[in-house]
Amino acid sequence: MPLHRIKSPISEADIKSLRCGDEVLLTGTIFTARDAAHKRLIELIEKGEDLPVDLKGQIIYYVGPCPPRPGQAIGSAGPTTAYRMDPFTPAMLSYGVKGTIGKGPRRELVKEACSQYGAVYLAGIGGASALLAMAVEKAEVVAYADLGTEAIRRLEVVDFPLIVAYDIYGGDVFQNEIPKYAGLDLPVCK
Amino acid sequence: MRTIHAGKITEEVSLLCMEACYDLPPDVLRAIKCAADSEKSPLGKNILNKLIDNAELATRERMPYCHDTGLAVVFVEMGQDVHVVGGSLHEAIQAGVRKGYKEGYLRKSVVGDPLIRENTGDNTPAVVHTEIVEGQSIKLTVIPKGGGSENMSSLKFLLPGDGVEGIKQFVLQTVQEAGGKACPPVVVGVGIGGTFDHVAYLAKKALLRDIGVYNPKPHLAHLEKELLPLINQSGIGPQGLGGVNTALWVAVESYATHITALPVAVNLQCHAARKKTTTI
Repeated sequence: MPLHRIKSPISEADIKSLRCGDEVLLTGTIFTARDAAHKRLIELIEKGEDLPVDLKGQIIYYVGPCPPRPGQAIGSAGPTTAYRMDPFTPAMLSYGVKGTIGKGPRRELVKEACSQYGAVYLAGIGGASALLAMAVEKAEVVAYADLGTEAIRRLEVVDFPLIVAYDIYGGDVFQNEIPKYAGLDLPVCK
Repeated sequence: MRTIHAGKITEEVSLLCMEACYDLPPDVLRAIKCAADSEKSPLGKNILNKLIDNAELATRERMPYCHDTGLAVVFVEMGQDVHVVGGSLHEAIQAGVRKGYKEGYLRKSVVGDPLIRENTGDNTPAVVHTEIVEGQSIKLTVIPKGGGSENMSSLKFLLPGDGVEGIKQFVLQTVQEAGGKACPPVVVGVGIGGTFDHVAYLAKKALLRDIGVYNPKPHLAHLEKELLPLINQSGIGPQGLGGVNTALWVAVESYATHITALPVAVNLQCHAARKKTTTI
C-alpha cells in the first residue's frame, strides 16, 4: 500500500492523490469534534451563522481525549466510531470541511458526500489511543469548553498514522478488503 | 461475621478502575499477539502490531490503553458473612469510581440522563451487579465498558425450534452488522436463556471469563468452539479493514428459561477487553 506524508490543512492536490487503502502520515493542524459539538455546529450552519472556529478547508478528528497528566499535551486520544456523525457529515463537507478522521464504516451518504465535495474519510486505529496521543504535540480548546472531552480542540500532530477509508473517487477500503479474507480459516496460533 | 470498612472498598474500586484502563489483561494481550502472528492481511497485521505497542506504552506510562475508559460496570460477589461499616456498599463503590477516574486521568464518559445528556463530570454512576454468595469476603471486578462495542450489542428472542443453528446465525449477524464499528478483533459475550433482563446480564458476565477458558458445560464449550471460526471466516478483520482475526474469543453463559422461550443476547467487547478483579 502506498504511504503518503501529508500536511494539514490538506491541499487539493493531496486529496486527489489519495486512494482508499493508502497509508497516510499526517502532520499539521487538525480540529477535534464529535457528537455534542457536531450538534451545535450543524445548528449554526443551518441558521447560516458563523461557526466559533473557521473549519473551512480543515480536517476534523472525531475524538474525545482523556485528560492529560501534568506535562502531557493530551491524554490517550484514539478515533471514535465515525458513523454516529454520519447525519451531520454531508452538511459539514458542504460547508467546506475537507477530511474526517474516525473508525469504522459509514453510511453510503457519507461516501457520496466525499465524492461530491472532494473530501476524504481517514480511518485511525481505534483503541490505539496511548500510541496516537504520542503523535499529538499540542492541544488547545478553541470552542465549547463546557463540553469537556467533547469540546473543539485544535491539535498539532506529527506523523499521525491513518488509512484512507473513503477517497474522492467512491473507493471504500472496507468493501474492498473484507471479501479478500471472507471464508478463510484462521491458522492455529503457536 | 467479618467487618469491612466502606473506605477500603472505595480504595480498591478506585485502583481497579485505574489499573483496568492502563493494563490490558494478560490473556487479552496474549490473544492479540497470537492474532498478530496469524493475520494474513498486511493492513490487519500492522494494526495488531500497533495495538501491542499501544498496550506496552499504556502500561509503561500509566496511560489509558483506549481513550474510551468507558462506563464502569462493577460486579460484586458479596459474602453473606460480611458486614460493611462506615457507609453503604453502593455509595462506597460510586466513591471509588469517582476517585479512580479523577486521580487516574481517565475520561469522564457518563451523561446523567440519557435525554438531557449532561456529563456528570466524574464518570458516576457506575452500573453495579451485586450477587450474594457464601463466605466472608468481597470479590470486586471492574469492567470499564467502552461505547463503540456496547452500541453494537444485540438481544433477540428466538423460537425454541430455532435451536443452536438460530443462535449461531444471530451471533454472526450481530458481529457482521457491527463490522469495524465495534473495534475488532472483539471478544463476544453470549447469553442464552433466562428472561429479557437476565439474558443481557449473562452476556455481560461472559466477558469476565478469561480468553482460553471454555464453558465447563460440554455442549456450550462445543458451541464456543464452533462460533469462533464462524465469526473469523467473516473476513471483517482488525478494525473492519479485512483479515482473518475478527474475534479473539467467544464466551457463552446460559441459564434456565421458560418453555416458550429462547432468549439470546450478544454483548460485544472491543479489543480493549479490560477487566480487573480483586478480593477483599
